Amino acid sequence: MKKDMKILVVDDFSTMRRIIKNLLRDLGFTNIDEADDGSTGLPKLQNGNFDFLVTDWNMPGMTGIELLKAVRADENLSSLPVLMVTAESKREQIIEAAQAGVNGYIVKPFTAATLKEKIDKIFERIEATAE
Amino acid sequence: MTAVISNNNEALLGCAENLVDRIEEGNETEITRIISQLGEIQEKAMFQEIGKITRKLHDALGGGSTDSRMISIAQSDIPDAKMRLNHVISMTEESANKTLTAIEAALPVSDLLHENSEKLYAKWQKFRSKDMSFDEFRSMSGEIDTFLGETCGQAKTINSKLTDVMMAQDFQDLTGQIIRRVISLVQEVEENLVDMIKSPIDSSEPVNDKKADADKLQAGMGPAVPNVAEAGVAVSGQDEVDDLLSSLGF
Repeated sequence: MKKDMKILVVDDFSTMRRIIKNLLRDLGFTNIDEADDGSTGLPKLQNGNFDFLVTDWNMPGMTGIELLKAVRADENLSSLPVLMVTAESKREQIIEAAQAGVNGYIVKPFTAATLKEKIDKIFERIEATAE
Repeated sequence: MTAVISNNNEALLGCAENLVDRIEEGNETEITRIISQLGEIQEKAMFQEIGKITRKLHDALGGGSTDSRMISIAQSDIPDAKMRLNHVISMTEESANKTLTAIEAALPVSDLLHENSEKLYAKWQKFRSKDMSFDEFRSMSGEIDTFLGETCGQAKTINSKLTDVMMAQDFQDLTGQIIRRVISLVQEVEENLVDMIKSPIDSSEPVNDKKADADKLQAGMGPAVPNVAEAGVAVSGQDEVDDLLSSLGF
């Protein structure tokens, strides 16, 4: 996992974006951009060479699950690792995100340790399959 | 309606008799409990009445049609909204307390850090102006040793408390999502009332609950609120999410 990888954080609440950005910075990631929903996030992803997407689910405009599906359907983005960080906590929703190809799922409220653990796990898996 | 009222009166009478007994005993916890129970009985009756008035109004305007959505708003959505707003109060309270606790833990540590560094700085200045005996120097170098060792731990503590303060700010997102849902309910009530006045003939389609639930899950429903039932089964926390995902081969 490269510390200089480019990360997009998508959440409609700017306070939550700040929290996630600060936590990522604490983990050593500094190349972070943000968007307030899927419809502003997707063009950034399409034009920006991002290595990792962290997204909320419930957002006005384009939701996180729609963004995830759009990412998986886009041939240039289809293998982008996606971590969902959301208050959506229904089993059906978690299953749906899994089926849509999410790489990790964190329910809010969450801790700094959980974020680190999930990010480590996502990149361990990716590195393991790449070998 | 008469049945509701007489049921209500019986319940109220039961409560009132019980209340008099408890007051005579001087049992304060019971007294408070019964008073709030009385309030609940009144509230329940009020919501039922709102439902009925709404129905009557609509029937009067539309000639026999009923608006099932408005009745369900009055009977379940409004009480739910109340529970949601109460949950917002407890979440903001919890965040404020978490923040204050972390600050109270960090302040003495930063005070100590300040105090020790100030003392040492004064000695260091003395040393720099070549105004220090060898014994004093020896004792200072011991102090520097202790200070540097302690500072590492203290800085770590302050960092972790500051992270706690930051994480406590997540309430703004979570309560924001809950409040948004209540606002959209208020808006729906308003629109329904306006529609009712504008078009007395009921044109509302029967709601397909399953479809509506699936749509809600797709759009996102925000944080789960204790004691508020809604579509889907919520997980209790991150551990359950992890179990569910690992059962799916994650």
